[in-house]
Amino acid sequence: MTDRLVDPDPSAAPNMADVVAEPLWQVRLRLFWQGLRSGWSSFAESRIGLVGLGVIVLFGIMAMIQPILIGTVWEPAIYDPVLGYDAVVVEKTIVPDNEVTDPATQIDLFSARLLDPLLQVGDTLVVTVQPAPPSRQHLLGTDPLGRDVLSQLMFSTRAAFMLGIVAALVTVFIATTVGAVSAFFGGAVDTLFMRLADLIILVPFLPILIVLSALIDFQLFHLALLIGVLGGFGGTAIILKSQALSVSVKPFIDAARIAGGGHLHVIFRHIIPNVLPLSFLYMMFSVTDAISAEATLSFLGLLNIDMSWGIMIHQAWDQGYLLDPNRWWLMVPAGMSVTLLAGSFFLVGRAMDEIINPRLRRR
Amino acid sequence: MLKYIGRRTLQNVLIFIVFLSATFFLLQAQPGDISQQFLANPKITPEVREQFREQLGLGGTVGEQYLTYMGNFFTGNLGISFSEYPREVSDILAERLPRTLALFLFATLLSFGLGFQSGKFLAWRRGSKTEPVVTTVGVFFQTVFYPWFALMMIWAFAFGLGWFPIGKFLTVEKWLDAPPGVEANGVFNRMLITALIVLVGVAAVEVVGRRAGDRRRGKRITWAGRILLVGGLWIWWATVWSEQAPYALDIAWHLVLPTVTLALIGFGATMLLTRASMLETLKEDFILTARAKGVPDKVIRDKHAARNALLPVTTSLVLSLAFLIGGGVVTETVFSWPGMGATLLSAALQEDIPLTIGAFAFIAVLALIAHLIIDIVYMYLDPRIRV
Repeated sequence: MTDRLVDPDPSAAPNMADVVAEPLWQVRLRLFWQGLRSGWSSFAESRIGLVGLGVIVLFGIMAMIQPILIGTVWEPAIYDPVLGYDAVVVEKTIVPDNEVTDPATQIDLFSARLLDPLLQVGDTLVVTVQPAPPSRQHLLGTDPLGRDVLSQLMFSTRAAFMLGIVAALVTVFIATTVGAVSAFFGGAVDTLFMRLADLIILVPFLPILIVLSALIDFQLFHLALLIGVLGGFGGTAIILKSQALSVSVKPFIDAARIAGGGHLHVIFRHIIPNVLPLSFLYMMFSVTDAISAEATLSFLGLLNIDMSWGIMIHQAWDQGYLLDPNRWWLMVPAGMSVTLLAGSFFLVGRAMDEIINPRLRRR
Repeated sequence: MLKYIGRRTLQNVLIFIVFLSATFFLLQAQPGDISQQFLANPKITPEVREQFREQLGLGGTVGEQYLTYMGNFFTGNLGISFSEYPREVSDILAERLPRTLALFLFATLLSFGLGFQSGKFLAWRRGSKTEPVVTTVGVFFQTVFYPWFALMMIWAFAFGLGWFPIGKFLTVEKWLDAPPGVEANGVFNRMLITALIVLVGVAAVEVVGRRAGDRRRGKRITWAGRILLVGGLWIWWATVWSEQAPYALDIAWHLVLPTVTLALIGFGATMLLTRASMLETLKEDFILTARAKGVPDKVIRDKHAARNALLPVTTSLVLSLAFLIGGGVVTETVFSWPGMGATLLSAALQEDIPLTIGAFAFIAVLALIAHLIIDIVYMYLDPRIRV
């Protein structure tokens, strides 16, 4: 700095020209890249963040390979998550009533005669099993309708990602805009948006969704939009507004206004870029909320969608396989998936919180 | 102080009116009208439907309908449930409200108490090896897929270990030969009143004890008050209501598992937040001063740090409230606990619109009142607002 000020040497001029000649977008890209790298290096320090990111990547891979598998190794008629059907065939020996010691290979005479009245003790009977336990063909078994659980699980991952990301984008877009606008203008606009946010926070989220789904036929995309809008005008807007408020009193905002910047220019070029890191953080938390909300609603049987993790559990519950530890594959994989994916977005959010929020840093 | 409470109450009433109007317009946006629901039910005759239209003012313009709707609501006329046909909505809700209230109250207190205490100790012993474990546990409770978690709790504690019943409000077999005069709602309301007396009494005794001046004497007053209160109620139940006591125990036994399950989901968030807020407080100068003065560690922890760390946690309680109420709906459904949430859900699934709207409005009222109570508690805790 001082060099440039005191050095009148004209040979320095070409250098300066070079610097200026570098297009603005290149400078921005370089700065962005630098920021990303330093952000990543502090993110990588946090173990929980890395674990969360790892789980998200794992689920991403799961979501992506399902269509590939369906096209190649998996027969669509059997492995389709919604319409597939496979009857797993098992041979069972018929034993006298009340003498069944191993239900997997034996069947009592009474039940066997329901299928074929001519059978005798000692005969073998070929029966189809649903839900079938995990086997080589079906790594996580089949559900009560004979559909492959692993395929359903992978198919639902895609839906969960789509829902989470759409809802989070809508939330963050609305919340950032609302936050910045109400921080910048203050007064009536501010009061209006903040009271609206109070209203949305006050009334519990899940009951609203229950009532709305009783009145409206929801598809996944509508649900994502709705969660996004409710989240965006609700709590996230308040948090982002307080951040925007602390930005909007900084001197560079005054400078921008004095230099002739209009309202929109100041809001979108000066306030919002400074709020964006925090918005991005809250995006992670909204993904968590959206995934849990969708799973809960489909668990309660309120959504009109083909397949999701919540629906898998709903079906296991509905068909009476709930408290049966021998049929764990109906409940555990789906429940764990919701918990893991929602939890890992939350972990990534917390790790980012430590970078973005200087108060939480160790140093 | 009264002015503050009054202003908050007024705001909440306004919010509620806005909320009710929003539900009205939501209903208005539906095709057809409410009286055309459940056409296949033979018990609901066309005359009844006509009467219903009359009562709801469905013939008039939107403005008239709106006024009738609001008027009906504030005079307690919520209409007639379709799915449980001859019963009035307000009657159904009056029966179910105490059950939800109990579940919600105990779960909130339990999760807040446990979360705050454990967060406090965790912050105090910061940097130990337990830290990642604790964070993981907290995050697990915060993000676990709640219906699944509730089912797993039933599976483990009710089905596997057999400690608690699998859902439901009471054991039907036990109640079959109940003496006349003992009926479930009456017993349950008595239980709820007892619990409220204990809560309010303990809080009052605590305040009296604090104001006693002398610490020793204050402690003695507090303990005497607590023993008197609990002992008195115990004797009351053993003598006057002795006929009802075994039945009350039956309901209480059914209440334990749902309450604990609901409390656990709020617990994680409260614990993590208390820990973070307590760590901030421990960095403050006044803690250093207290240490330099030689104040005992326990006093620094409980009186200096924890009291100040309480404020942000109380604020966040407002946010977790909505979370707990939403969780309550799921809890009631999974545990077959016949409260407001389960009513809301079953009404919504059967498209019984009057009951859905009634339950929804009362859940909102519950949320608003809880919100107001937290505001008042916050004011009591933070002297800066009081003046």
